[in-house]
Formats: sequence, C-alpha cells, structure tokens
Amino acid sequence: MSAELKQFEEGFQQEMREGNRGLHYEESLLWEKEYSERSGVDLPQSSGIAVRTGLPERGDIGLPQVSEPQALRHFVRMSTWNYSIDHGFFPLGSCTMKHNPRLNEKAARFAGFSHIHPMQPVSTVQGALELMYELQNWLGTLTGLPGVCLTPSAGAHGELAGLMTIRRAHEVQGNTARKVVLIPDSAHGTNPATAVMCGFTVRNIPTGPDGRLTVEAFKEALYKGDENGADIAGMMVTNPNTCGLFERHIVEIADLLHKAGGYFYCDGANFNALVGRVRPADFGVDVMHINLHKTFSTPHGGGGPGSGPICCTEELAAYMPVPTVVKKGDDYIFETKEDRETSLGTLKAFQGQFGMFVRALSYIMSHGADGLAQVSGDAVLSANYIMAKLSEDYHVPFEGPCMHECLLTDKKQKSFNVTTLDIAKALIEYGYHPMTVYFPLVLSGTMLIEPTETESKDAVDRFIETMRQIAQDAQNKGEAYFHALPQSSPRKRLDEVKAARNPVLKWKAS
Amino acid sequence: MRYLPLSKNAHDEMLEEVGASRIRDLYKDVPSSALLDDIVDMPHHKGEIEVERELSAMAAKNRSAGDGPFFLGAGVYYHHVPASVDYIIQRSEFLTAYTPYQPEIAQGTLQAVFEFQSFIAQLTGQDIANASLYDGSTACVEAALMAMRITKRRKVSIGTPLHPEYRKVLDSYMGNLGDVEIVDGEPDEETACVIVQSPDFLGNPHAYDLWRKRCDETGALLVVVITEIVSLGLLPAPSEADIVCGEAQSIGIPMSYGGPHLGFFACREKFLRQMPGRLCGMTEDADGRRGFVLTLSTREQHIRRDKATSNICTNQGLCALAFTVHMSLLGETGVRQLARLNHEKACALADALEKIKGVEIENKNFFNEFVVSLPKPANQIVDELVTLDIIGGLALDGNRLLVCATEMTRDEDIERLVTALRKVL
Ligand SMILES: Cc1ncc(COP(=O)(O)O)c(C=O)c1O
Repeated sequence: MSAELKQFEEGFQQEMREGNRGLHYEESLLWEKEYSERSGVDLPQSSGIAVRTGLPERGDIGLPQVSEPQALRHFVRMSTWNYSIDHGFFPLGSCTMKHNPRLNEKAARFAGFSHIHPMQPVSTVQGALELMYELQNWLGTLTGLPGVCLTPSAGAHGELAGLMTIRRAHEVQGNTARKVVLIPDSAHGTNPATAVMCGFTVRNIPTGPDGRLTVEAFKEALYKGDENGADIAGMMVTNPNTCGLFERHIVEIADLLHKAGGYFYCDGANFNALVGRVRPADFGVDVMHINLHKTFSTPHGGGGPGSGPICCTEELAAYMPVPTVVKKGDDYIFETKEDRETSLGTLKAFQGQFGMFVRALSYIMSHGADGLAQVSGDAVLSANYIMAKLSEDYHVPFEGPCMHECLLTDKKQKSFNVTTLDIAKALIEYGYHPMTVYFPLVLSGTMLIEPTETESKDAVDRFIETMRQIAQDAQNKGEAYFHALPQSSPRKRLDEVKAARNPVLKWKAS
Repeated sequence: MRYLPLSKNAHDEMLEEVGASRIRDLYKDVPSSALLDDIVDMPHHKGEIEVERELSAMAAKNRSAGDGPFFLGAGVYYHHVPASVDYIIQRSEFLTAYTPYQPEIAQGTLQAVFEFQSFIAQLTGQDIANASLYDGSTACVEAALMAMRITKRRKVSIGTPLHPEYRKVLDSYMGNLGDVEIVDGEPDEETACVIVQSPDFLGNPHAYDLWRKRCDETGALLVVVITEIVSLGLLPAPSEADIVCGEAQSIGIPMSYGGPHLGFFACREKFLRQMPGRLCGMTEDADGRRGFVLTLSTREQHIRRDKATSNICTNQGLCALAFTVHMSLLGETGVRQLARLNHEKACALADALEKIKGVEIENKNFFNEFVVSLPKPANQIVDELVTLDIIGGLALDGNRLLVCATEMTRDEDIERLVTALRKVL
C-alpha cells in the first residue's frame, strides 16, 4: 500500500462517521448532525392562542433537526448497509424469507384500506370486513380448521391466543386442574415463554434419534404427572418440526393426547411446507397459528410487523378471541363477546394487523389454490435438493426427506476448529445472508437452511457451490482465516459482550 | 405463476438429484389420511390486473378519512404522513430484511432502531426504551406484568379513564394468571402499579406529581399510558413515571383499520433487566468502528424460554422505522408545531360546537379530543352524520360523543359538522 493510500485509509477511519469510499457509506446519528434551522416538514403556522391543556407547555425536548433532503439521505445511506430478500438468497430457516410482491404493498396503500379507522361504523367499512371474511375463509379452508380469528399480531401472539383458547375451553368445561403443556425440546423459545405467560407449566418431550417425536417418549411425558394424563392441558408441537421434518407419528400422538383430554396446539411457523397439500386438521390439530409474514409473504420489514391469525376446530371456536367477521344476509358484521360469551375476550385493541391481511389476501388470490400447492411443493423440493447436494460436505444429522428446510451441523468442520458461527460469517463474506444458526437446540452447531419456492435453481446451485467452497476452506485455510470474517461487509464482527456489559441504548451527548 | 421460478426442467433435474419421481414422494412421512389427493376447492391463480381490480373494488366500498369530514380519534388518529416516510419504508433494504440477527449486514435496521429508542426516550422523558411492542394495548399489559414482577404484587389500579379496548385486553391477559386483581382508583400497599392514561380516554390531560406521591407512599409503580404521542410535543414529559408506554401510530403510520400500529415501551434504567422486547445497543466491530447489535437478549424467549420477560419475538420493526423517519423530518420545532396545531384545531372545533344550542363541551381541558354532550343519543347522531358523509366521532354512553381534530381537520370540515349537527339535533 502506498504511503498516500495508507494515510488516506487512516484518515478515512477517523472520519468514518460521515465519509464514504466508493459506494461504502458512513452515516452519523441524527443527533450528531448540525442542528438545522429548517425542519423537514412545512406545517401551517400556529395562531399562538393560549393553550387549554391545563398544564404548562413543554419546554425543549432536545430533538435533532434536519431538512427533508438531509433526512432522506440519512436513511437512504443507512439502508445500503442492509441485506434483504430483494438483494439475494436469504436461507434463514424457520423464517420463510420469500419474495415479497409489490402488488401487495400497493393494495395495502389504497386509501380505502389505509385511511380507515377501526371504530368507524361498520356500514362505512364493508369492504374491509369483506376482505377479512375472505381471508378467514381461505385460512379456514387451507388448514381444515373453520374457526378463524385474525387478531393476533405475530406468531408468538398467535401462540398466546391459541393456548388461551385451550385454557378457556378447559375452564368452561370445569377442567381447572389441567395445568401442564407438553412441548418438544426442539421447540422455538416463544412456545415455552407463551405457555408460562398463559399460566401453564411446561413439560419437555425429548426429540427422538431420528429428529422426530417418538410415541414412547411422548407417552412417558403424557403420563408422567398422572397415569391418565389428567393434568395435561395440551401440547404445542411445530409440524413440520424445527429440524425441518414432518412428525411421522403425529396422528398416533394426537390420538393419545385427545384420549387423555388434552388439545393439540400446532405452531404453524412451518406451514409453508404444507399449504395447499396438507390440512393440519387432518393430522389432529385443534388450534394453530399461521405467520402471515412467513407463508403468506407479508414482508418482514426488518423485524415486523407480522400477523399471526389462529385457526381452530368448531369446538374450540366458541372460546377463541373476539372479534371475528361473520356474514349476515348481505352484510358483514363483527361477532363480539356479547355474541359469543364463552370467548376468552380480546387480545389486542381493535381487529388486528389489517394492513397485513390485505397483503396476505393479495398474495393468496395471486397464487390461488393451484399456485399455493406449487408453493409448498417447490419449497420442499428445493430444500431436499440442497440437503442432497451438501450431504457429503456437511453432517446431515437426520434422515430425510426433509420438508421446506434442511438441517445440517458443523460436526465435520469442527475438527478444523471451524464452527457454525464461522460458516455463517463466511457466507456473509461471500455475499449471502446466513441460514438460521444454533437453532434448534437439540444438537450442537445446527444450521437450518430454508430456500423457499421463490429461488431459481440457478440461485440455489450457486449457494450450494458457495457452501462447498466454505467446507473446502475449512479444511485448507484454517480457523484464523474464518475468525477474521467477514471482511467486506459494512462492519466486521461486532463485540456483543461489550454491548451487553456496558449497555448504551440511546444517544447521549458526550 | 410469476412468483415461482422453478421450471419443468429444473423440477426434473432436482427430483433426480433427490431420488424422487415426483414431489408427492417427498411427503412420504405425512400419513396418507392427511395428504390431499387434489388441490383445495378454492379459486385458482389470478393475474396482477385481476387481483388489483378485485382488491380496489373492496377498498372502494370503504369510506376513507380523506373523503370528507372526519372527527374520530379514541386511540387511533388521522394524521398526515409525509411522502418521504412511505418511500423510505418501501425501500427493499428495509422492507424485505429480517430481524437483524446478523449485525454485520443489518446496520441500517439496527441504527434506525437505536435512533427509534433514542426518540422514544426523549419524548417520554425516560432513561431507556425498547425496539417496539405490538401496539398500545399489549404494551400496557406488558407494563403491568413488568410491574408485577418488580414489586411481586398482584394488584393493578386504573387511575384515570383507560381506553376501553386496552382495559379489555388487560382483563383477558390477567385472567390467565388467576390471581390478579384489577381495580379502579388509587394505589394502596398491595398495588403493583397504577395505570394513568394521559390524555385519558375522554381527552383530559393529567399532571403526574400527585400520582408520583401516591406511588412513593405505597411502593406501587407509576405506569403512564399515552395513546396520542403527538401530545408529547405540547404536554409536559411524564418523567415522573416508572414506565411510559402506549401507542405511537400518530407519527408516521396510517390508521389502516387498526393495524399495524406501533407499541412503545420506555422506563427507568434500573428496570432494564425486567424489560420486555428487543433492545438495540451500541458497540464496536473488530476494527473498533462503531456499530449496533441486538443486546441483553438473556431476558428474551429465544435464550430464556419459559423464564423470559415476555414471549414477544417479531415486533413492529417497519412501523418503528416509519416513526423514526417521520420524527427526523419533524425535528424539534416540527414536533412542537404539530402538537400545537392539533391543539388549536381542537380548540376551534370546541368553540364551534359550543355555539350549537344544546351542545356542551364536558372537558375543561383537552389536547386534541374531548367529549361533547348532545341533546340526543350519540349513537343515533353518529349514524345520521354518516348519511351526510361525516364521520362524526365515537359514541360513548348515552348522549356523549368523543370528537377529535388533528392537523388534517379543515375549517370547512368543522363548518359542515356544525351545519349537520344543527340539522339532526
Ligand atoms: C418455529 C417458530 N415458532 C414461533 C415463532 C415466532 O413467531 P413471531 O416471530 O412471528 O412471533 C417463530 C419465528 O421466528 C418460529 O420460527
């Protein structure tokens, strides 16, 4: 490196907060910018009348201020540091990062959808109720579970709605002694957290040697507290499970559970493998949630908003949350707690994440019954293809076929001191978003790869090549090479220990 | 189907590689009783033109706020969203990213979350804020649950009129736990927290000093709930509170028939480890350059499982971004001006309504909404106003109507409402 370039580099590091090089941007926090006299909005002048709030007027808040072009540039520059599904392959297992059609965004922004108020007289929002009714109908048909409540805000909220439905059913039926929820050890963290929030205690079911539940282990858990399972409220099972496998024995397990008087809650995060081909009602599910932000492609938005409607049997529909939309003659109306007294009540103000309903219905209508069956089929095919192609270079812990995602571990790479974390960071270096890492927790160093149906074979092949290259590198280049990755991303590895030890959670004047 | 790129050829090659003759073979673990023989009996796929047409026909059946006079508030507000906000949140890099689990390639989202937390902390006068919760009603529940964890008490007091939807949600959640008491009024020695909504559901702004005193005397926590966050540009910051939470839809987010909106949650630093939801913190990368990560996740479900502070996972990320963009456009003067403008519009509305015979304003004080008492049942009036293409407000019990004005309210809207009311009363 020439002396000038070295000097430039050093200067660049110091100047990093606003500088840029090529298309690598740096961007300061809003508070570090010069306070602009101009705000980024032009509002009508206020008349300055005396306030009628009964309280003193607020003094200086200390907010930053920039003009519109400065604000826009700020966020556009920051956006360039993000990886997204529109950038490339995003095989984040359990998260279903599929293409997000822009038609859905457009529809959600029709004034008749975006500028309506949840407490408007229903006569003035019949189109909104019609849309909800249609979506309820689709979800009920696809799951075989006719009771649909759209309100939950995301998957975890749907879990809560579902478990509360079960709790309420037992309560109304006088089974207040049922306090235990059975949850496989492969479950997502939201499952046990939800069960506790709902006032239940959690009993784990160990995963069998083939990555699936065994009837024996299930029975042991079921009858552990009482020989008839009289303490069991229900079970929460993700199917396909978080190892990407369909629970082979699920029908038998569901039968045993039902005989013991428990209900089957299905975490529907992995519904993308089943949609249009398998109805969860047909393998014994009583109630499940669906992540509209996974299977039905409402965008993840860098962490939400999601939407987690629940679907349940006719029996449980009496207890699920209100409101739901029903049709009376030609009119759509809400069924409320007054109409359905056995309902557990309300879990969120108003009707739910309506904007997500519009996007999901737009996605569903575009695919139709035929397209949705192709969605699941293609997703499953692609995951199996990846598993087959990577089975020599990586450890495949469980025999397939897998469903819409495949599980690998770092067992082979560990002998070179290269771990799942290193593989993930190497993928970043090669221009990919990594797969889900260290989840599920049933084995060490898991990598969960979910390609989704919206990737071409060419894109999948290139990813496979990259993964093979990384496996080679693990043998040839050694751990030091990996530990320094990524090198080319906007930031190198970040110090998470420092962040937690000395939390800085907001801007502070230094 | 234009979203599905796998060709017939690709199918054949991939099937061969996996050793299956058709996709159905890959579903061999599914019991045959659960595997459909045919596709479900629902409509088949449609092209973009058709879908757009059908959905816009549904949208056209709704009376949107911009179509005419609109005076409904009650926890969801019709405000202007600058075009830049919607542009930024539709950028692929933000819209189609996941939760920032890989910070090296998610600094855009993470820095925006850090700025969001900073804005919320400043507006609420609190030490720290999280990365968002679902909405105001669930944020209120999380506050009560957190207060119960901290104080180890099982009673929740409602200090001022709380949004009835929030109250219902609180009742449902607490019903799970079996032993939680929810009462109206002042806190006592058994109270975990007192919930003070301000402006309250009926539009009255509240001072916090007396509530603070009661809390100090009883050991209860003071939870302030805000459903109209624009009010914080004019009303004093609730810095006396232990927790401030609520709904931030008013800044950057359309009403969208009730969601997605934006739950926020701020509190004192000493309660950090009891907080629900995600937190973004500042740190450094391997080269010592500033960067941001999700942090303190030992509170959260993916680490703590059944001992987590909350079950929340996906939150309202993109709505928090919309809020952050709108806040940065508003800036110090914009926020204060917007708040004042809302108040002045509400004053103009009150002055106009008060002149109608038989109409009285119940509130002595208000921010941008208040209760009017009418000489006739309010629900009847609301329906009659609909026939005149006016969304007149929210009918409360009996003759009481809750009305709201924002910067979107025009003088002619107020005139039309007054004329209409004169006609129907
Ligand atoms: C298996 C599983 N269950 C539950 C959830 C929680 O869903 P959400 O993030 O929508 O709350 C997830 C999401 O990551 C998941 O993968």
